[in-house]
Amino acid sequence: MQLYLPIADIPVNVFLILAMGAAVGFVSGMFGIGGGFLMTPLLIFVGIAPAVAVASVASHIAASSFSGAISYWRRRAIDPLLAAVLLIGGTIGTALGVWTFTLLRSLGQLDLMIALSYVILLTTVGGLMFWEGLRAMLRVRRGGAVTLRKPGSHGWVHGLPLKVRFKRSKIYLSVIPVVMVGLAIGFIGAVMGIGGGFILVPLMIYLLRVPTSTVIGTSMVLTLVTMVFATMLHAVTNHLVDAVLALILMVGGVTGAQFGARAGQKIRGEHLRLLLGLLVLAVGIRFAVELVIRPQDLFSIRESGGGGPP
Amino acid sequence: MRLRRLLANTLATLGLVAATSAATPGWAERLIVSVSNHRVTVTPNYSGGELVLFGSVEKDDKTLPHQGSYDLVVTVSGPRADMVTRRKERKFGIWINTDSRQFLQVPGYLALFSNRPFDQIASPEVQRRQQLGLNNVLLMQRVGPDYGDVVPNDPFRSAFVRLRTEHGLYREATSAVTFLTPTLFRTGIPLPAEVPIGTYNVEIKLFADGALVTKADTAFEIVKVGFEQFVATTARQNGFVYGLVTAFMALMTGWMASIVFRKD
Repeated sequence: MQLYLPIADIPVNVFLILAMGAAVGFVSGMFGIGGGFLMTPLLIFVGIAPAVAVASVASHIAASSFSGAISYWRRRAIDPLLAAVLLIGGTIGTALGVWTFTLLRSLGQLDLMIALSYVILLTTVGGLMFWEGLRAMLRVRRGGAVTLRKPGSHGWVHGLPLKVRFKRSKIYLSVIPVVMVGLAIGFIGAVMGIGGGFILVPLMIYLLRVPTSTVIGTSMVLTLVTMVFATMLHAVTNHLVDAVLALILMVGGVTGAQFGARAGQKIRGEHLRLLLGLLVLAVGIRFAVELVIRPQDLFSIRESGGGGPP
Repeated sequence: MRLRRLLANTLATLGLVAATSAATPGWAERLIVSVSNHRVTVTPNYSGGELVLFGSVEKDDKTLPHQGSYDLVVTVSGPRADMVTRRKERKFGIWINTDSRQFLQVPGYLALFSNRPFDQIASPEVQRRQQLGLNNVLLMQRVGPDYGDVVPNDPFRSAFVRLRTEHGLYREATSAVTFLTPTLFRTGIPLPAEVPIGTYNVEIKLFADGALVTKADTAFEIVKVGFEQFVATTARQNGFVYGLVTAFMALMTGWMASIVFRKD
């Protein structure tokens, strides 16, 4: 069934988009991530303008992280104070991100920047995850204990001033790195159309030493608020949010996520990390190849002077 | 003859568009033209279509019958907009947009139809002056500090025309106009799925012996209707409300999912 997307300005097959939403939802449920880093590239690969993909996926992630946040809230797995401090940075970062997005778009370099940031971020993060997963797997095979972090070791992060006690997470931590992490995630989220969960969760675990009991729930709150904020800003400044596209993605995504979550419970943790690392790496490499090979057409036309997709 | 009667009826019901005859002495031809539909509504599942332009060359009684045959050139131009053509170049091992050229107020849709190749209709000089063919149509550009059109084989201009042609938005067909009788003609105007909305001008030029005899104008309008168009308009005009509704929709979907799939 063909459907015309009003903002993306192209006809698409509803079932293809629905299936893509479900597939990404499955993966995101399986790994406990938002899945924006997969959704945005997939949309770009089927021919939707990168700018529209980024802006529309923001609302899709808002939906999936909201349903996730509700269930974590019920289980009291969210640290409200930590989430609030993260959000201070998150909102500023998102506003900066959307501003940068608008600027790059007027310079005609937005598509390149989206692709470049995907290459850099995904290959780095994917590579690290893959490496870490591989090492953990080998250690398990050799019979050693899986140690993700050394207890009691204090990094430079813990020497910073303005310390606050986050009760639910049972940590005593300076607000500076927390705000900075929020800022970074908000920024890249708005520019790249990702929730940033796959970077945020490791950052919170390794850098901020947030216990695993509250890490995913709290990160989902940050993702939720920054993505709602990003949706609003993209709608107001660039008019690029395709609500029809977003709705199809949401419906597919939240459904797929339920089945993904069940599948995820059957796989061992280190295998899961290895798989996720491979997936992230693959998407990054796909973008890199796109940049390096000679494009089919060196010329492109864009309507200038406001309105319409870029 | 049945066709002729049908055509006459069509012209009568649609309302005739008559041309003011050119002030060339000795010639008193007049063009009567009409398109099959003056208002095309594009629905979300529109996958392209075709309009038909009918017309007839009329002569008053005093005019002697013209010896040779007539030639016709039909130019359809859609709503105008500014566009930018960018060129990618390899820099630091990757392909990035470097050079660009701005096209000012160029038609979003442009079609040129005739009954035979332009170079058989008129001399290169007349072709240029009357803008016959995609190579001769004026496409205003900003080249450095200057405004103007460039030679047809300029890389940016030819890439622009080529890309628009690939999308079916620019086209040129030198056998699209058919004469049903020596004075009665028709041509189809194909409209792809991506046609921009707005007013389309149709200019019909009649040539005889390589010279312009007379011309006529008509127009049609393309409007998009339905939910999708409503969404697009709202997004552009009420960005804030649109953003709020989209964000609310996202939250509702998430909330619904958490209820439907609740595991307790």
